[in-house]
Amino acid sequence: MDDPLIVVALLLVAGSATAAVAVRDPARQALVLAVLGTVLAVLFTVLQAPDVALSQLAVGSALTPLLIMLSVRKVRRPKRREETER
Amino acid sequence: MTRRVRLLVMAVGGTGLAALLVAACFDLPRFGGDQHPYGDRVVRASLARHTANTIASVNFDQRAFDTLGEMSILFASVLGTVVLLRQTRDEHRAAPEPEQVALPVRRYALLVLPVAVLTGLYVIAHGQLSPGGGFQGGVVVATALHLLYLGADYRALERIRPVGSYEVADALAASAYLVLGLAGLVAGTAFLADFLPYGTFNTLSSGGTVPLLNAAIGMEVACAVVVLLANFLDQAVEIEKEGET
Repeated sequence: MDDPLIVVALLLVAGSATAAVAVRDPARQALVLAVLGTVLAVLFTVLQAPDVALSQLAVGSALTPLLIMLSVRKVRRPKRREETER
Repeated sequence: MTRRVRLLVMAVGGTGLAALLVAACFDLPRFGGDQHPYGDRVVRASLARHTANTIASVNFDQRAFDTLGEMSILFASVLGTVVLLRQTRDEHRAAPEPEQVALPVRRYALLVLPVAVLTGLYVIAHGQLSPGGGFQGGVVVATALHLLYLGADYRALERIRPVGSYEVADALAASAYLVLGLAGLVAGTAFLADFLPYGTFNTLSSGGTVPLLNAAIGMEVACAVVVLLANFLDQAVEIEKEGET
């Protein structure tokens, strides 16, 4: 744990993970989750696990937020339609 | 069983598990030590089989059966998604209206799209040599294709993405992995055994069956992610419940 780079990466992960929990709007949460995914990828790279970092980068910072955004859009769509009709 | 008894049973089990976990943590090797007994053995085995990327050697040679399980999990979960998100009787498809895309977004998306697809294919092809492999490259290729949705519109994406053929390709790639495993049974010694010549170290064709299994996984993951996203996009953009329009 002496490496300052590891400490910084760990702190960044803790910070963005807390932010992901603290943000209450699901659409924004997806964006924070993407940031968390990127920071986690940095942590894995610092810990010399580039394979895991690549998986994390592809899944955690692109795929999962995208799926969340699409689900949010599907859930919210009918409501928005009613509002525009009024 | 009353609620109280159930809670009591859970508390006993939970306490036992917590005690065992804490006890196990005290026996863990220290963080960042220089003794890696498993790592040393794995690296030795992967060098003996001429596979430059040790992780690929573990995934597709030394523990190829584990990867078969992981692939089946992905395949089954995508299958489940397809069934759950299908168009039901009280839903209908509404053609999405083409929307204006901001010029910088369009330019950026169309510029990045080929680069991202190429990067994904590179990561798949060099799985046995450098970090990455079928899974990572497959996800990159599949998500990169969806930049077309950002840069152009939904219909452009649908044109290059006939979901039916991706579903077939997904199943084909999954069976290719199984067939390669069975080939090991016939030509070699065991299921998923590395029966091909190992080749020259650090070249694209090195590692025997590793590049082939890697390519099968790459195709499976890319197709699975495309099908998964297609079903989510259909629900988010096209499919509507009756009486909502």
